[in-house]
Amino acid sequence: MTSHGHSNGFKVVGTRPIRPDGVEKVTGRAAFGADFSLPGMLVGKVKRSPHAHARIRTINVAPALALPGVKAVITAADLPEIPSEESFVGEGPINFRDLSRNCLARDKVLYEGHAVAAVAATSSAIADEALERIEITYEPLPHVIDVEAAMAPGAPLLHDDLFTQGVEPAPTRPSNIAKRLQFVLGDIAAGLRAAEAVVERRYTTQPVHQAYIEPHACVAAVAADGQCQIWCSSQGQFMVRAYCAKLLGMGIANIRVTPAEIGGGFGGKTLVYLEPLAVALAKKSGRPVKMVMTREEVFRATGPTSGAVVEVKLGATRDGKITAAQAVLKYQAGAFPGSPVQPGCMAAFSMYDLPNVHITGYDVVCNRPKVAAYRAPGAPIASFGVESCLDELARTLGMDPLALREKNAAREGTRTAYGPVFNEIGYIDTVTAAKKHAHYSAPLGPHQGRGVASGFWFNVGGESSAEVHVNEDGSAVVVSGNPDIGGSRASLAMMAAEVLGIPVERVRPIVGDTSSIGYSFLTGGSRVTFATGMAVVQAAEEVVAELKRRAAMILDVSPDAVAWKDGAAVPTESYLGKFDPLSLATLALKAGRTGGPISAKASINAQGAGPGFATHICDVEVDPETGKVHVVRYTAVQDVGRAIHPSYVEGQIQGGVAQGIGWALNEEYIYDGCGRLENPGFLDYRVPVASDLPMIDAVIVEVPNPRHPFGARGVGEVPIVPPMAALANAIFDAVGVRLADLPMSPPKVLAALTAARN
Amino acid sequence: MSKHHVSTTINGEPVEFLCETQHSLLDALRDELQLTGSKEGCSSGDCGACSVIVDGRLVCSCLMLAVEAEGRQVDTIEGLAHGDRLHPLQQRFLEAAALQCGFCTPGLLVAAKALLDRNPQPTETEARYWLAGNLCRCTGYDKVIRAVLAAATDVQEGARKA
Repeated sequence: MTSHGHSNGFKVVGTRPIRPDGVEKVTGRAAFGADFSLPGMLVGKVKRSPHAHARIRTINVAPALALPGVKAVITAADLPEIPSEESFVGEGPINFRDLSRNCLARDKVLYEGHAVAAVAATSSAIADEALERIEITYEPLPHVIDVEAAMAPGAPLLHDDLFTQGVEPAPTRPSNIAKRLQFVLGDIAAGLRAAEAVVERRYTTQPVHQAYIEPHACVAAVAADGQCQIWCSSQGQFMVRAYCAKLLGMGIANIRVTPAEIGGGFGGKTLVYLEPLAVALAKKSGRPVKMVMTREEVFRATGPTSGAVVEVKLGATRDGKITAAQAVLKYQAGAFPGSPVQPGCMAAFSMYDLPNVHITGYDVVCNRPKVAAYRAPGAPIASFGVESCLDELARTLGMDPLALREKNAAREGTRTAYGPVFNEIGYIDTVTAAKKHAHYSAPLGPHQGRGVASGFWFNVGGESSAEVHVNEDGSAVVVSGNPDIGGSRASLAMMAAEVLGIPVERVRPIVGDTSSIGYSFLTGGSRVTFATGMAVVQAAEEVVAELKRRAAMILDVSPDAVAWKDGAAVPTESYLGKFDPLSLATLALKAGRTGGPISAKASINAQGAGPGFATHICDVEVDPETGKVHVVRYTAVQDVGRAIHPSYVEGQIQGGVAQGIGWALNEEYIYDGCGRLENPGFLDYRVPVASDLPMIDAVIVEVPNPRHPFGARGVGEVPIVPPMAALANAIFDAVGVRLADLPMSPPKVLAALTAARN
Repeated sequence: MSKHHVSTTINGEPVEFLCETQHSLLDALRDELQLTGSKEGCSSGDCGACSVIVDGRLVCSCLMLAVEAEGRQVDTIEGLAHGDRLHPLQQRFLEAAALQCGFCTPGLLVAAKALLDRNPQPTETEARYWLAGNLCRCTGYDKVIRAVLAAATDVQEGARKA
């Protein structure tokens, strides 16, 4: 099955080797967050709020501490009070005061499931009983769940000190609107005046959870000298270290974080929830503490991404040139500011070359769990509105929806509404490939319809470290600082093998802990194969330079006589025939006598992550009796720059599409009148299962990113951007009704069909 | 509270363990026997990450009490390979890149094994419905289904050769 294609002149890049960590993962030996244990370990658990919004009057932990086997209890009083301090990390803003209060509530609980206290006990059953014995008196407060209700004057206020940023003059009264953003290009009024057709609609989306199958889990141990170790699954061991240091007032040098295998994250594991509590409990009890969330806790207290209201207005000339694009985005942030409304605004129209754009965004707090990043944070929400509206515009104009996109496509030189001008991008290539794909002209059956939609994501670079070590037999080790969330060990090993000129099976990639590799920003933003890949390539190139020096030394020739080819030092053109090749294995064997071990490291801040674009085609069949929508065919075309390991690139595309289909059709947070989540489990929060989906045809388009040594762009996020609109557009094509509210679940579709019939 | 003594067979080997009344088979496998290949994703039988085969039947080990393992034959992911010889399902999962994070993979493999034991040549639809109890959030199932169907052919061919 392993193909060794030699396209593009590469020997390893572009082939499909078996991933180096694969056998561990198919035999059950890979150790995830909850698989790690230490002798004498305690079980830690969290006491959570039953209220959506309440003032904490008193907390009495004495009855819990009195229980034999209970070794420690903590509340917010055990964490240092942190002043408000906003910084931009990961894919969104973060305020460490808020993060501290999200980990353990101080003064008020802001959502059902908000952590209030934590215990460590000698068994799970004792910990459960200890939670029962913690006495908390609450003063329940009015709560608000809906985003527009939270924005309304007189809404229950979550934070007395929250004043809307981004409005002039600065407001004198607090509100739930944390921030207003605007992005303006050209003159929207002039653009609307120039329009010969205008389409306007309001769309809504519901919060959806990242729903990684592995619940959050960690083990923490603190020694008497304050040295602390954490073993956990997260999207960044350095993120866990930095956040714990900040939240616990510890020195970074006193914390060592070892990454476990991570059982899915999708952005949801870019924050800490349990780790600071486990450290505080371990410190207080003097014993290692393990904490593992239940699925219910994962739903109630982590993630999700925002629900939102998206209002879109598009104007165009009769021949399909868009003259005006306007959007208002209102995103739920959950209990603390920090929804992904900013990237939502920035991504909204970025597929298109538009003269007049006006985007307004609102970041709104409400009594729901604090949102966390979810795959292309903010973009799928905005795109559901924009790409649905574009479909309506195409129908109004009587134009093919791909032709409309083609006519307005962003290209090299297009200025985006958020500022930058695109360099080499592959959007138009995805539209062209979609038009040419057999799927686009295939016949449809009864009750079936076809929809298309496009998507954009920035992708990020950032700080990454990597090391390449040559072993004594000429094999190599690659060390990186990024958890492997979906096959990045494979792509990093492949790029190192390509540079070293050896088979990828001779390269072992490992993910180092925070004390064994230089700082690396977390795994997110589709950055690892791009940015950490650049660090790996740089380190491997330094190894090759050193190998050539060693060869020159052994051969007693000038260093410029030596080139590197197929894993060996060979004569450069002008020295042909002057010496026989010296293999990496030979050079490695002689390393001790030529200057010592051969290794190199690179720590970089990678710039130039090429933006990613995708265009999807979706066929659905709508059951007119039940309103159930079945996806019968799906094709996802994406510019990936260069596919390092095509199978894992396809996997990212297929996985993103599946999540988008879940978001479109089924997934949502359902609250009762008291602000309690009614569906905190996989039975009622329904993610797509195998029988819900067809095969997903991932079509790879390669417009190489000039800033990456092999041309790679990030691939993991953009595939979740188009599906919701693609499905809504397909449903319209099938049954002639416009579904503007997610999820497009059977009751909603049936109601829309019934309304249309009447 | 005294513990229960359970005698059972796991992956063909006789095993004894102690457990409390309320412990699930998954608790016993993971915490008592250190067989951590079976994963806990929900504890409510919805995700299938803890799938094991008990007396030939596919079950979620989080929904079965540990004491119920008495006298039974339990097969877990740790018993799927024979030494360093991977089961065709495992080999096909690797070749087809049918895993990303790998957390649901043990459960999917055990469930797929139970499928092939019962239905050696499933159609795509049969495979999709059989595996509908095993959530995978990473792959979109495409490569998983392809791997299972390819492994079914391998198993058939292996049986013919034998």
